[in-house]
Amino acid sequence: MTDIYKILRGQKDADGNYEKKPVIVQGITGKYGSAHAKLMLEYGTNIVAGVTPGKGGQKFEDKIPIYESVKEAVDATGAEISIVFVPAKFFLGAAKDALESGIKLLVAIPEHVPIRDAMEAIELAKKKDAIIIGPNTPGVIVPGLIKVGIMPATPFSTGKVAVLSKSGTLLYEISNNLTSAGFGQNITIGIGGDPVNGTRMIDAFDMVKDDPDLEAMVVVGEIGGDSEEILAQHIIDTGFKKPIVGYIAGRQAPKEKRMGHAGAIVMGNYGSAESKISMFAKANIPVAKRPGEVAVLLAGKMNS
Amino acid sequence: MRLLEYQAKELFKEFGIKTPPSISSKDIEKGRKDAKELGYPFVIKVQVPVGGRGKAGGIQKCSSDDEFELKYPQLLNMSIKGEKTRAILLEKMADIEKELYLSLFLNRSKRCYTIIASSEGGVEIESVKSQTIREVGLGDVDAQTAKEVANEIGLKDSQEEQFVEMLQKLSKLTIEKEAELAEINPLAILKDGTLIALDGKVMTDDNSNFRHDELQQYQEKSELEEQAEKSGFSLVELEGNIAVIGNGAGLVMSTFDLVTDNGGKPATFLDVGGGATTETVYEALTLISKMKRVTGILVNLYGGIVKTTTVAEAFIQAYNNNLIDIPVFARLMGTRSKEAKEMLKDTKTKMFDSIEDAINGVVMEANK
Repeated sequence: MTDIYKILRGQKDADGNYEKKPVIVQGITGKYGSAHAKLMLEYGTNIVAGVTPGKGGQKFEDKIPIYESVKEAVDATGAEISIVFVPAKFFLGAAKDALESGIKLLVAIPEHVPIRDAMEAIELAKKKDAIIIGPNTPGVIVPGLIKVGIMPATPFSTGKVAVLSKSGTLLYEISNNLTSAGFGQNITIGIGGDPVNGTRMIDAFDMVKDDPDLEAMVVVGEIGGDSEEILAQHIIDTGFKKPIVGYIAGRQAPKEKRMGHAGAIVMGNYGSAESKISMFAKANIPVAKRPGEVAVLLAGKMNS
Repeated sequence: MRLLEYQAKELFKEFGIKTPPSISSKDIEKGRKDAKELGYPFVIKVQVPVGGRGKAGGIQKCSSDDEFELKYPQLLNMSIKGEKTRAILLEKMADIEKELYLSLFLNRSKRCYTIIASSEGGVEIESVKSQTIREVGLGDVDAQTAKEVANEIGLKDSQEEQFVEMLQKLSKLTIEKEAELAEINPLAILKDGTLIALDGKVMTDDNSNFRHDELQQYQEKSELEEQAEKSGFSLVELEGNIAVIGNGAGLVMSTFDLVTDNGGKPATFLDVGGGATTETVYEALTLISKMKRVTGILVNLYGGIVKTTTVAEAFIQAYNNNLIDIPVFARLMGTRSKEAKEMLKDTKTKMFDSIEDAINGVVMEANK
């Protein structure tokens, strides 16, 4: 499997600092893309190029070159990371452009991407040995080093806890609580709220589990699908021993209703909170009743 | 979109999948005409976007005008699990030999379509032990695969042929309409050996709606849901009296859980989307103001970069314009919260630092 840490933080230099990996922003001239490109730059992300068809040759903020295609941007910069802000109906085209051009980590921000388009992009990513995070994800952040996403900077701090979350705002809320409780984050990955994810819970787990700096993990799930159940079984099968705490949103949601996220829907027992919570229990993962309880349970696990 | 049975069956017919003769209506005048055309006896089936209607009495046999006049209005006015009847389907009764199960569904974890078939039908598939499961990539089912599935559930000869044809048609429907689920349950073998879809359930991918104008006629949205969609919100209406508003689906679900845990009854799940501005919060309050049963509003926003003062401004405008006069209990995470509290001092909006306190407040208010 492609190593996400290697892509995001690369080699350490003589002073022990990770190199700043170059990042491309697809859709950098749009309202949303440009606002978040600025916020990522503020955070210290090394944005080296933008892509907007029809605007090649221009510059973003008077310094970052804009290209017609990802191919041109990659040829000029050698970047392996791209973040996509195009409207949902153009996502598949943008993803193909990126994956065909050698992008190894594609962060797919758009919400409302049709499932078939996401499936097609994921098939291509598999062939190219690339990672797609999302669609409908807040992105990925290695606090203190690189932010490839739309998350606010304030909830996050450097540390040793990995947070995997289907939801964006709950990721911020829970990371903020963890930070306040003294648990900084080693990496946080937004899985996304869609039915089909480029990086599933189990993939994200496998990506982060062997990092020597990692001390604990927090998994923020929600109703819909069975990715939490599959992750729990995988944790049992692999005998992973570091502390994990879970949270599941949607315990009281009515069945057969989409609760905001395209993927947040319970059909019969498939996707129900009870099913997820009981599998977490089997894997010895305590599940917080409310977001504020996650840090408390984690402290308990770390001390036991 | 979750299609109602009669809508799913219209798609079945379009793709050549056999269904019993049936006609749908939304009022008794049309229903009477349908009854004449169809001829007694038949079954009256309520059309609701939720399962379990048979047990709830939503399917009734009918064999005379007197019975029809009694049962049609009853069924038209009934609610199942909080869902009002959307339409009525009159359907000829079939002479059933055996009931099977067949569906194509999107396996989200494996990221492929899956055929599920069983020789036991008419019950929830989860309760069935003998299931045949096949993964079929993006949903295309070739004749050989369909044949193997037919054999595995014990079908031979003419029935095998009919099943193969039906499964391939269901596959075509799934791909062309971008369905997440296309289910025939029960799939009946009639006494004369014909295979027929007795009930149908189709869920399509809402995110692909923009390339399926032909499905728009099936959209069953309330006026409020339509307005919410225009504003870029997602809204689920429920029967309680506390309007739950927040940003981000996960956070709103979480808030919704806590309200219910604490004895509150949510009237809405309203997600205003990732960001929060004066305008979006004002629009959300406008939607809520149209729901007369709401007696308390709970707002939970995680702003990050949002200034809470801009959100407080929305509450003040809403009170000044007499948009709302019910109390708001708000927890706004973001900058300048002291100022926001000061701004709201003399209004019916109370600001809280913790969501738990805000929820206690709104539940006490709503249960007064």
